[in-house]
Amino acid sequence: MTLIWVSVGLIVAGLFFTLVAAVGLVRMPDLYTRAHATSKTDTLGTVLTLAGVALAFEAGVPRAKLLILAVFMLITNPTATHAITRSAYDQGIEPWTDDGGDAE
Amino acid sequence: MTLASQGGFETLFLGFVAAFVLASTLTLYRVARGPTPHDRVIAVNATGTTTVLVLALVAAAFDQPGFLDVAIVYALLNFLVSIAISKFTVERGGVL
Repeated sequence: MTLIWVSVGLIVAGLFFTLVAAVGLVRMPDLYTRAHATSKTDTLGTVLTLAGVALAFEAGVPRAKLLILAVFMLITNPTATHAITRSAYDQGIEPWTDDGGDAE
Repeated sequence: MTLASQGGFETLFLGFVAAFVLASTLTLYRVARGPTPHDRVIAVNATGTTTVLVLALVAAAFDQPGFLDVAIVYALLNFLVSIAISKFTVERGGVL
């Protein structure tokens, strides 16, 4: 019975980080700052939540699937953000600076 | 029989699902608003990540391990879309 509470705690932590990622995506001034805020925080929230859901299942194939999914998200989420941000920089989107850059 | 589908934890997990859906609604704001296409792609990527989490939570709450396969395929497609769009925009030069 304590295992389900550990699971609930992990999911609450993951929910917090996912909400922080969403707020960063809405409020940051630039593409690069948005990608920075979103990729790292969202990855951490995803791994925490998937670990919590894995504890909610009993040991067996579903837990193994959730572990595979967590490892996959841990690898692919920063990779995808890196690829998009790099293509944006190759296309000539300038990073926002504090002096005179137009935010949004 | 998952631990989450018994003893009242099902409602709690569905509440978590509602909170994650709220977070993905916030990212949809950036999808609609984002000035550059890359903003939209990053926001769609975040939305898809949250969708994977919602699928996993629903699988635990309703005791349906088959939803986990859907979540894995959704994560694969999400990654593939991001990589494909980034390659496409670099090679075709601002089509999207």
